[in-house]
Amino acid sequence: MTPFTKFLLVACALGVTACTDPGQYGRGGPAAGADSFAAGSPEDPRSAAYFQQTIGDRVLFAVDESTLSDEARGTLLAQANWLMDNPEYSAIIEGHADEQGTREYNLALGARRAASVQEFLVSRGVSPARLRTVSYGKERPIEICSAEACYAKNRRAVTVITAGAGA
Amino acid sequence: MIARLMTLLLALGLALPALPALAQTGPLRIVIDEGVIEPLPFAAPDFVAESAEAQQYAREISRVIAADLAGTGLFREISRDAFISQITSFDSPVQYADWKAINAQALVTGAVSVSGDRLVVKFRLFDVFSEAPLGDGLQFGGTTGAWRRVAHKVADQVYRRITGEGGYFDSRVVFVAETGPKDARQKRLAIMDYDGANMQYLTDAASIVLAPRFSPTGDRVLYTSYETGFPRIYLLDVASAGRRALEDQPGTMSFAPRFAPDGRTVVFSLTQGGNTDLFSLDLGSGARQRLTSSPSIETAPSFSPDGSQIVFESDRSGTQQLYIMPVGGGEARRISFGQGRYGTPVWSPRGDLIAFTKQHQGRFHIGVMRTDGSEERLLTASFLDEGPTWSPNGRVIMFSRETPGAAGSSALYSVDITGRNLRRVAVQGGASDPAWSPLLP
Repeated sequence: MTPFTKFLLVACALGVTACTDPGQYGRGGPAAGADSFAAGSPEDPRSAAYFQQTIGDRVLFAVDESTLSDEARGTLLAQANWLMDNPEYSAIIEGHADEQGTREYNLALGARRAASVQEFLVSRGVSPARLRTVSYGKERPIEICSAEACYAKNRRAVTVITAGAGA
Repeated sequence: MIARLMTLLLALGLALPALPALAQTGPLRIVIDEGVIEPLPFAAPDFVAESAEAQQYAREISRVIAADLAGTGLFREISRDAFISQITSFDSPVQYADWKAINAQALVTGAVSVSGDRLVVKFRLFDVFSEAPLGDGLQFGGTTGAWRRVAHKVADQVYRRITGEGGYFDSRVVFVAETGPKDARQKRLAIMDYDGANMQYLTDAASIVLAPRFSPTGDRVLYTSYETGFPRIYLLDVASAGRRALEDQPGTMSFAPRFAPDGRTVVFSLTQGGNTDLFSLDLGSGARQRLTSSPSIETAPSFSPDGSQIVFESDRSGTQQLYIMPVGGGEARRISFGQGRYGTPVWSPRGDLIAFTKQHQGRFHIGVMRTDGSEERLLTASFLDEGPTWSPNGRVIMFSRETPGAAGSSALYSVDITGRNLRRVAVQGGASDPAWSPLLP
């Protein structure tokens, strides 16, 4: 067992990886949420911005579900093709839940959603080594009203593109 | 007075034989009417300062004691404006007639002396109507910086002598302090006295932190943090704020850690490939043992006080429900059968009840049930209540309540297991995920 480490006040002292991805959520800063900017120009089809805005970086889920709708499968097929064409990128798939649930259950539910996306991408040929998953449960909604219009957008899995070919 | 105090015991739901007759013959009654107790009136004059430095403490200590007692909803403080006698010396005889005249049934007197940074508090509790002390006088010492703890210890004694139950005032709560809007909320681990005083942060706002839990001795805290970008369970030493990760397998998430009553074992949820199961971890050896093995979600474990069983939630039936299994894993029996979904079970320190969060028809409730699932009672209802934690004596439950909408925020509340005395806990800023410590030594 390692001894207690001294409490670190400097957020980035743990290393560069922890400071970047998926740091925009994990660090909990004001930029957190779905509308954090992906790198590059959306006109460049090889950019993360293109992936986010043109391919579509997210799929939505029904209440308490992690199965993929036909629409979600269409989006994920395009994501898989893009990832196959752009092997210099890897991705973190973030699973989220709406606020209608207990905290820990929603963490597990978000993990199921992220895993559904990961399994689909792998089934379409993306190397598992390029894909990591994380769940935020209900901790990071993108819409903050307490109504189904917002909940529907919060029940999501977002594929966040990062530079590097993965492990 | 005996009759009146006994009536209060009855109101607390204790099984004592021959009480109804006593309750009816008392000259003054505490009426149990539609579940509402008439609180027992008490007087808490300022404690006597035995030196000039003690003056400020003497007054504040008696105020904290009165607030502790009144905050239970079982006692009512009589305004000091009504007092006929003043207590100017700790050892002078009590003028019972003066306290009877204002209907004070209990009287708490005390004295404070200060020497350097040491503080000593003496107190006595009197049963006014039987004109006798209730128990012996007692003395507590501490540093002046710990004066609130000394006051809580006095209040715990008063509560114990009058109700016959252990107190809960000299205790702390670890929780998540929240700031910012829902979509960018900052969360920090924080600790405070049970009444919201003496709040201190244990982590910074750099990473999301969730659901802390105390060790059985209250000196360590388990929690979940996104420090690495992925949820992982951590163990934090309260005195030094030093911490270490307990799990760091790449490609997994760990969360929902809870101590076993022996303080040496931790149970938690581990997610691998999208599936969440329960595991236990021996803190000494680092040995890990799988407790559940199913494609469903298993999380939110809580030990029975004797350490032999674990209650947890699972959606193996299709929706979130509560189950109990032996501590080493094995066959689990479902205990929740009402309508709706049940989560976050927490075993009471007495062992007799399980507190839970229930979701039904778009509302959230905190409730309690017996360990076989019988006698379910819902104590609260709101847009979003969750995450109950027990007071050290098993009488009160604290939980988080989130308000709806874009400006929604989270606060801590407490409620008696009778469903009475719902109160907001005085915390500056937003707060969630409370965990109540055992009574401090």
